[in-house]
Amino acid sequence: MQRIFRIAAASLFAFAMSAACARAATPRAYDVHIHNFHFEPATLTVPAGAQVTWTNQDEEPHIVVSTGNRFSSSPALDTGDHYRATFAKPGTYTYFCTIHPQMVGTIVVK
Amino acid sequence: MNERHDDDRVPQRRRFLECMAWAGAGTFWMMKGGIAQAAALGGADAAADATFRFVQISDSHVGFHLAPNPDPVATLRETVAHINAQPQRPDFIVHTGDLTHLSKPEQFDTVKQVLSEARVDQVFFIPGEHDVIGDNGKAFFDRFGSGVSGGGWHSFDHRGVHFIALVNVLNLQAGGLGFLGTEQLAWLKQDVAGLSASMPIVVFAHMPMWSLYPQWGWGTQDSAQALALLKRFGSVTVLNGHIHQIQQTVEGRVTFHTARSTAYPQPAPGQGPAPGPLKDLPAAQLRKHIGLRDVYHRQGQDAIAVTDIALA
Repeated sequence: MQRIFRIAAASLFAFAMSAACARAATPRAYDVHIHNFHFEPATLTVPAGAQVTWTNQDEEPHIVVSTGNRFSSSPALDTGDHYRATFAKPGTYTYFCTIHPQMVGTIVVK
Repeated sequence: MNERHDDDRVPQRRRFLECMAWAGAGTFWMMKGGIAQAAALGGADAAADATFRFVQISDSHVGFHLAPNPDPVATLRETVAHINAQPQRPDFIVHTGDLTHLSKPEQFDTVKQVLSEARVDQVFFIPGEHDVIGDNGKAFFDRFGSGVSGGGWHSFDHRGVHFIALVNVLNLQAGGLGFLGTEQLAWLKQDVAGLSASMPIVVFAHMPMWSLYPQWGWGTQDSAQALALLKRFGSVTVLNGHIHQIQQTVEGRVTFHTARSTAYPQPAPGQGPAPGPLKDLPAAQLRKHIGLRDVYHRQGQDAIAVTDIALA
């Protein structure tokens, strides 16, 4: 009986280690959907080093511009276009659309 | 923000205009000495008395290709053909912005080329926020800013009317609306300083110059300061674009009109999830919601008459 438990424990440990390794190998994707003139979610919290992808789902173009120029601005995003930015340093990064400035969003990097 | 006056003509005019805001194609009404008067479209009196007319078009969005209008170049061309088919030639055409959808060079060139088909002496363009993407308007002003210094705003006199072209789509701030800025307001102050209060004023600006629907960015943050500079004039008409539909209001002696697009309509304030194109509009209905505007000035009587014409 003890031998079975030992094998089970070892298997579980191996599984846990491989799962942890797998998690480290494929980082989680962070997405902001631009929809109906809103950034969704309006506030997105990500770990340092995360890459965020904005996707424009509207029929109108939008631009992602960092307030205070703390990350590179996107080009004009037509319908279906994507923009990716990587956030290395912790902090709060607000941004807005310069075509439709009532659209405001925030990336919180922990 | 409507000012109250003891003048009992103001409520009558405002009430009439509230009704007329719902009128679509073929509306012809006139301000004469502060009293609104209606006339049937094509009435002989109005045509015979008019000293000059010009045409306002807006929001052609060349480069847009989705529902409800996959071909805004075609509808722009139809608009020009409509202008050319009218018996009286307009003195000029003014395009109140969003010529293009994405500020691309080929889109500007297409607009310029289509408008060159208009049988008119002059076409003026003011930029919309879609025309200044990524370059602060350089591509726009390189093509359409000749003779204009500073930030692109300018004025001119035409047959006794003072026209002011404002730019309220640059330096937009996060969470904000349209924006004129202190430099432009200082220019406006000196521009109108020496004018007689009886000189009719017409103002062009892309974004609405009153707080129509701030939730959708439909307004201009510092328009109140501009309007304060125009308060002493007897007749001020503000012609805007941006919202792809006709909305009107009156504040004191200032009458505001937004215009239809030549490309596609947008929902009325709050009547939809967002101020985007009305994509579910059936193709057969499109031309009822896009078109142009005739503006007549009757010399010496302080009257500006506006006729909105749909393409169908």
